[in-house]
Parts: sequence; structure tokens; C-alpha cells
Amino acid sequence: MDWTTIISTTVKAAIGVETVWYALAAIGINIHFGYTGLLNFGQSAFLAVAGYGLAVTVTVIGLPFWIGIVVGLAAAVLLALLLGIPTLRLRADYLAIVTIAAAEIVRLIFRSVAFKDVFGGSDGRRGFSDGFYALNPYPDGTYGFGWFTFNERVLWVLTIGWILVGLSCAVVYLLMKSPWGRVLKAIREDEDAVRSLGKNVFSYKMQSLILGGVIGSLGGFIYGLAYASVQPDIFGTETTFFAYTIVILGGAARVFGPVVGSMIFWVLLVLVNGVLSGAVQSGFITFMDITQVGPFRFLLVGLGLILLLVYRPQGIFGDKREIAIDAR
Amino acid sequence: MRRAVIAFTAFLGGLILLLAAPAHAADPEQSLRGTLKLQGQPVNGVKIVVTTESGQPVQEVTSNAQGAWEVPIAEPGPYKVTLDVGTLPKDVEVRGGTNVRSLTVYEGNPATALFALQAKSADGAPPGDDGASSAFWQRAAQLTFEGFNLGLIIALAALGLSLIYGTTGLTNFAHGELVTLGALIAYGFNTGIGLHLIPAAALAVIVAGGLGYSQDRFFWGQLRRRGTGIIAMMIISIGVALFLRYLFLIVFGGESDSFVQYNAQPGMQIGPISAAPKNLVAMGIELTVLVVVGIALLRTRTGKAARAVADNPALAASSGINVDRVIRIIWTMGGAIAGLAGIMLGLSQNLKFTMGQDLLLLIFAGVTLGGLGTAFGALIGSIIVGLFVQVSTLWIPPELKNVGALAVLIIVLLFRPQGILGRRERIG
Amino acid sequence: MHAETTKEQKTAALAAFKDLAREPGVPKPDPILVVDNVVRRFGGLTAVEVEHVEVQRGSITALIGPNGAGKTTFFNQLTGFDTADSGQWTFNGRNMNGVPAHKVARSGMVRTFQLTKALSKLTVLENMRLGAQAQKGETFWRALVPSLWRGQEDEITERAEELLTRFKLDAKRDDFAGSLSGGQRKLLEMARALMVRPELVMLDEPMAGVNPALTQSLLGHVKDLREQGMTVLFVEHDMDMVRDISDWVIVMAQGNVIAEGPPDTIMSDSRVIDAYLGAHHDAPLSEDELEQQLHEAEEELVAENEEEAKK
Repeated sequence: MDWTTIISTTVKAAIGVETVWYALAAIGINIHFGYTGLLNFGQSAFLAVAGYGLAVTVTVIGLPFWIGIVVGLAAAVLLALLLGIPTLRLRADYLAIVTIAAAEIVRLIFRSVAFKDVFGGSDGRRGFSDGFYALNPYPDGTYGFGWFTFNERVLWVLTIGWILVGLSCAVVYLLMKSPWGRVLKAIREDEDAVRSLGKNVFSYKMQSLILGGVIGSLGGFIYGLAYASVQPDIFGTETTFFAYTIVILGGAARVFGPVVGSMIFWVLLVLVNGVLSGAVQSGFITFMDITQVGPFRFLLVGLGLILLLVYRPQGIFGDKREIAIDAR
Repeated sequence: MRRAVIAFTAFLGGLILLLAAPAHAADPEQSLRGTLKLQGQPVNGVKIVVTTESGQPVQEVTSNAQGAWEVPIAEPGPYKVTLDVGTLPKDVEVRGGTNVRSLTVYEGNPATALFALQAKSADGAPPGDDGASSAFWQRAAQLTFEGFNLGLIIALAALGLSLIYGTTGLTNFAHGELVTLGALIAYGFNTGIGLHLIPAAALAVIVAGGLGYSQDRFFWGQLRRRGTGIIAMMIISIGVALFLRYLFLIVFGGESDSFVQYNAQPGMQIGPISAAPKNLVAMGIELTVLVVVGIALLRTRTGKAARAVADNPALAASSGINVDRVIRIIWTMGGAIAGLAGIMLGLSQNLKFTMGQDLLLLIFAGVTLGGLGTAFGALIGSIIVGLFVQVSTLWIPPELKNVGALAVLIIVLLFRPQGILGRRERIG
Repeated sequence: MHAETTKEQKTAALAAFKDLAREPGVPKPDPILVVDNVVRRFGGLTAVEVEHVEVQRGSITALIGPNGAGKTTFFNQLTGFDTADSGQWTFNGRNMNGVPAHKVARSGMVRTFQLTKALSKLTVLENMRLGAQAQKGETFWRALVPSLWRGQEDEITERAEELLTRFKLDAKRDDFAGSLSGGQRKLLEMARALMVRPELVMLDEPMAGVNPALTQSLLGHVKDLREQGMTVLFVEHDMDMVRDISDWVIVMAQGNVIAEGPPDTIMSDSRVIDAYLGAHHDAPLSEDELEQQLHEAEEELVAENEEEAKK
């Protein structure tokens, strides 16, 4: 088994592109679910409209990169309004069903043959990231030491990605310390009580939905720019579910919970993949073949999600007394 | 770094490939097809030429004894279908004049090319409009039939979901996997042991019911005892769904397959509808099961207790109903009929590890439409959803048919969140 | 000073009620809340149908009635938590029908709930702070700059601490509200409502589920509210509780206001006695009664099954 590769990919996974964009998606979910108690199961749609907003603006309309970013952000805000106006008055479980349905609608439209000219069908769109890499201040070359190296493109994506993660965490920290955040947490506990104290619950829920959606949409940009492409099936319901796993893993309603959760999630996933693939290839494991390693890791994700919620709903670093979800 | 990127992309890509693989590995799921008939009688031996939009030849076929022809299509997109008029019987012509049809084939869906035939000697050709409108109504009838079939399958699955929701408050995101489970168990008995599908299906339904029972006995029931909140349970059910889904992928693989029997059953014509006998039998079974379950809910003591628990668990418990026992019966029955739904779904389309997952949102749509927690609402809601999904393809591309149904779900929740049969909850 | 004010407010309130007729819907000299023709139906059941009722400013008015009389539903209509099918009502002369709950609260009409809604994962102090109105830090952009709201937050905290001391919750200020006892939660909810600076405090069964020792303290706090110039309207179904503290009593049964009067005479009103004693015939059932009925239904079912078995 090639332990160097296994260890190097695992260590890099801790700060890699996947970790970044999933962390951003999860920070958004943490605002929705962890702080406000909104069960938004359509987070992937926010990533999708942002990624596609950028891609379509640049490739189909031919406008510059930064306009694409503006369009993507506007699309995320618009989606939050469209989703929020009808659903924010509904009960939690209805909200979950409606948001997951809305995210499926978005995905099906993006992959449809009918709109292939715009969204590119199931192949998606590519070739919209030149504007981003043109801004890259790092000269060509390899950065790092030993096996811990990145090329200038990845380094640029990671730099921007982690700056966005840092900014998002700072915003969440400031907001959740403020009276605004207090209203959000109170809504999570009992929205009627908040209403009886003169707060416009609908407006706060909407603000939460927009903020979490916009932060999540940054994850869509990072994905699109890192791989220089967007495909509809990347933004399926499982992306949302993995992001939920990340939030719960790191601890819901904790500022750094989603970031830590994302790092642990991807480190484990990459490590299990490396070890299992290696073990299969070198014949230590014979009960599965190499194609079954992939699904097996996601089977473990499902199992992990169950065990977490049953035995440690507050997450790895959470405080049981503060646990946002009602699970004893 | 490159290695890391390669590793990342490789395993992400691997996942996508795994999910997308069946489309390439197995036979293409989409095709172009049609049936040639003259005054109800099949016309065979007619040559049909399929080309791409730009004229690249794809395949030539001739219609069989039933008048049917089919061309598998690997790549979705626009195609041209030409009927070779020289191969038509004497005195027969294509109504409307042109013998070329331009069609778009969508992923996973057959596209039908319609050629209406008429006798040449007919005095004065009927106007083309007439032909088009009768073809429209024929398609509408066919789609209504298929929609009803789909609706019944959704109803089977929805009944369990709705009753489980009503009695335990759990919105079970793993219910789609119970549907797949039934189909795959039947497939196991059918292909693995070599049992004929009918005993295999019966056994599978029993096993699925047993698994439903143990799921409640050893898992959900324990969680309820711990006092797990409903939101936490909902997320746990997502974990269960992911776990089962990938377990199916590992065991069953990413390809689609079908049962050994009743595989390619020729269709028969009933009025404007063409249906394989297996579909009729399946619908008969579905209807019977639904009626039996409905009567059981209305008439038997357990059924009444189940509805009482769904209405108000605390009150039912205080009135001496053994709530846990009722919930266990509902899980057992819910698991069994969800499994049956999977088998029926496997009969009308191929088996695939995502078949239940793909149905889940339609099940939710049916349940919410009828009113969460109501048994009969779920039935009506599901049939409406099934009909809507199929019939809407008269106007919208088939690939977007689920979009229509989901949009309707959202709209209904806007105006009548309690569903058709649900009650508005009293506040305070 | 304190005692004098009490006396003044109480005397003033009693004086206002002195010459009023004991009729439902009787006009008051200085009403803060005037309700006309409020109707709420659930399916075929009419839960509330109040023709006319007024609440006197500066008084403690009790709204009593047997279980299921529609008191809480009526409360929900008035405070915007449920929409009335028809009718209108004014608060301080302002039309309030169709006004959403949060605006009702902002206008000075604040309610509490029968089942206390303490925000259990927030501390007692955070619960209190939430009640304050017009907080600068509650708007999104200003929340991001702490210096903009720090000053106001300190003032709010000071006021919250005063109230907590008054309600003897100051020792609990940093505890999670979820860790409080039932009675303490009732106190917290009342104190939190006062953070809004209401003119009219609407208490939904403030004494329900509170142990007798705390009941006296709660009653004292309710009287205190009147002292400070607030108007109190509270729902209660226990008549003994009402006698002690209220200046005026409004009686509801089956959705209607059936009687009004001072607490010492209202109990002997024949309509009230009928409503309470006759409740078993028509009014919706209490839980015990429901249980009883379910038992009966269950027995019938068993009998039915046995009959079927015999056939």
C-alpha cells in the first residue's frame, strides 16, 4: 500500500477544495438550521444557481467574470425570496419537503434537454474561470514542501476559498453575538413567543434564509472555479445531506462547527477511500472490489450520521446543554 | 498537488460515474418507437428509418406482427423518423401527407413517433387536423392509464409513510429505500434462487414486512423510548436513507436490470390504450391491496386504533390503546406494502438502486397533497400526483414531468397547507 | 408611597366600576380595549362569538369561563395569533383587526401563554433582553457593528436586571431558561412581557400549574402591574383565584360573553352558575371527560367485536 499517497491526500483534504466549498454550504445551513431552526433541505439549489449564474453569464452571454459573480449572488438572493415567501410560514416538516422539492426542480431544469442551449444539459457548463485565474497573483510553479504541495491555480482557489470561509465565520460570530442573532435563536426555540414580544418573525426568517443561502452560494462559486465547470448532478440532494452531516458533526449553532466538521468529514472520507482502495488493490480485502469502495464510504457517512444523532447530537465539540436540535 | 487534485476529482468523478454508469453500461433506456395500425389492425413489414437531425443514419427497422417497431437510442437529442411509403401495403397511405417525423428523445424516456394510416381509396382525405386531434386523445387516454398505474404505486408507498407520520411524527426520508428494498429482495429470490416471480414477490413482501417490523422494534421504537425529537429523527432517517442506498449500490450494483419473468411482454390494445397484461394484473393487485387496507383501517379494531393513534397519540394512549403495538403493526404493514410498491414499480420499469429514491419526492407530494397523517388523503393525493406526472407530458417534455408535480406540491402547500383531506390545526 | 399608589389605583378602578350595570357588553367609562362582533369558527363549531365587550383602563379584569368556553381562542384573535372570521376591535382607539401579532405587541398589548413559552436554550437574561423594543442591534447591518448597539444593550440589561430582582429571578440570570421550574417560568414570562413596556398585559392562565406557594407571589405581581398604571386582562377558570385580585369579571361560555360584574357578586349570578354546572351537557370536554368517553367507545368496540365473533 502506498502510504505516502494516502497520508498526503488525507492531509491535503483537511484544507482542500472540497473542504472549502462544503464548509461554505454548511455555514449557510448552520445559520438556517443551527441558529434559526429552519429545515432547509434545498441548500444545494443555492450553490447551483450561483455556480450556473456565473457560468451562464460568462459562457453564454459573454460578460466578464465579476458580473457573473454578481449575477450568481443575485440569483441566490432571488431564490431565497422565491423559496421563503411561500414556505416560511409553514411548519418545519413541510418546509423540509418544499425546499427539497424546490432544489430538485432547480436541478432537473438545469439538466434538461429543453434548456440545453443555456445550461448545457447533464454535461453542464465549462470554460468560465479564465477571468478568475487571470487575477491570480501567484506565478506559475509548485508551492509547499515535500509532498505537501499545490500548484499556483489550486493555491489561488484555496486562498480565496479560505478567505471567504474566514469572512463568513466572522460575520456569523458578530451576528450571533448581537441582538439580531438573539432573535434568530429565540425563533428556533419558539416563534410564537418571539412574535408576542413584537418581533417580525417572518422578516427574520427571511433574512436568515438569504444570509445562509448567499454564504452557501459562495461554495457554488468555489466549486465552479476550482473545477472550471458546473454539472447539475453535483448539486443534488445528497450534497445538502452531506452538508447537514458536516454541521452536526462539527456541532450545530457553533461558529466554527461547520468548518471543523467539513475538515473531519473530508479527512475521514479521503482516508477511508485511500486505505480501502489500497487494501483492495494489494489483496488484503477480498470481499469487495475497487468500485465498491466509493459507495462504501458513503454508506459509512449514513451510518455516521445516525450514530452522531443518537449518541452525540451536540456534535464533536458541542455543549449538550446548548444543543440546538431537540434530541435527548 | 496535482496528485491530490487527481485524487479528489477521481473519487468525485468516480461517484458521478457510478451513478451515471447504468446509462452507458446497460442498454440505453431511451428509444424511439411506434405502432402502425390501419383501422385497428396491425400493419407489419413497414420499413422505418431513423436518422439524426443532420441525416446521419442510426438504424432501420421493420414493424413486427403487432405493427410495433422500436429503435434504441444511445444519446438523447433530436432525431428524424422516416416511414418508407414503398413498404406500405397497397392502398394504404400516411394520413396528413408527410412521412417524416422530427422528434426529441429525452434521457430515460421512450419517444413515440405517430404515423396515422388510412386507406388510399378513401373518398376525399380527412383533414389533417382530425388525425392530429384523435392522436392527441389516444395519447391522453394512454397517459391517463399509465398515470393511474403510477398513482397506485405511489399510493401503496404513501400509505405507510403517511400512517407512520401520523402515529410517530416521523417524516421518513428513508421510505423510498423501503420501496427499493422490496424490489431488490424480490429480484434476489427471482434471479438468485431462481424462484418464479410470483412466489418470489410474495416472499419479498413478507420479508419486507418483517424488516419493517424489526426496523421499528430495534431502531425507531428504541429512539422513541429515548425521547428523540422529531427533527432529530427526520435527520436520522436521512442517515438511514444514505446507508441503505449505498448498501443497495454495493450489493446490486449501479446497473439497471429486470425480473426474469414478464420482462418483454407484448402489449395488447384495449380501446385507445395499449397495455401489457402484466400492467393490468399489477393494477389489479395494487387496487385490491389498497381496498383491503382501506377496509382494514375502517373496520378492524387495529385499523380503528391506528387511525385513533394517528389522530392524537396521547389521547389514544390514555384511552387504553397500546400505542407501541399499533405503531409496530403500522411499520410492519407499511414496510410490506412499500415493498410491494417496489415490486410493482420494478414490473413497469427497470430495477435500479435509486428507483425508490427517485419516487420519494412523488410520494411526499402525494402525502402532502392529501394531508400529512391521513390515510385516505394519501391515497387520493398519490393518484392525483401519478396522473398529473404522466398526463402533463402531453404538454411538457417528459424529462420535466416531475418538475410539474413538484411545482404543484409547492402551490398546493401555499393555498391549502393541510392538504385535501387534512384539517386545519387549531391554534391555542 | 408604594402602598398609597396601590390604594389609589385600586380605588380608582373600583370607583369606575361602581355604578355599572351587571350586563354583558356594558360600556365602561374609560375603555382601553373595545371589541365588537368577533366571530371565529372551526369547521362547523363556533368557538367565539362575542358581540360587545370593553375593558376598563387601569383595572384588573378577569376573563373566566368553563373549559372550552373560547377564552384562549378569543385571546388569540385579539392578539393577532389567529384570524377572526369577522368582527373588529380597537385598542386605545386604534383599529386592531387584521394586525399581525408582532405589531399588536408593539402597540402596547402584550400577552403571555397558557403553556409557558420560556426560550429554554437562551439564558434568563437573554430572554429578558429579547423583550425590549426598538433595539438598534436587531437590524441586520447594525448588528455587525457592536459599537452601534452596545450602549443601548447596557441600558436594556440594567432594566432587565431590575425586573429580575423584582421577580426574584436575579440569582438565575445566567441559567438556561429551560432549567427553571414551572412557576419560575411563569414569572420569567411575565417579567419578559414587561420588558416590552406594555399598556395592556394579557395573561393566559397565569396561575395554571403553579404550586400554591408561588401562586401568592404571582398574584402579588399581577396586582403590582396595576399599581404601575398598566391594565391587566387575564384568563382563568378557577373562580377562587379571580375573587382575590380582580376588579371586574367577564364570564364567557360557549364562545359568548354571558355575564359581567364585580367579583363578589358575579359568582352568585344565575347565568354563571348555569354555565359552570351546565358545562357538562354542551361544552367541549375536559381531558378527564374525554378519557372517560374514549373508554366508553373502547368498550363499545370490544362489544361490537364480540358480537361479530358470535355471528
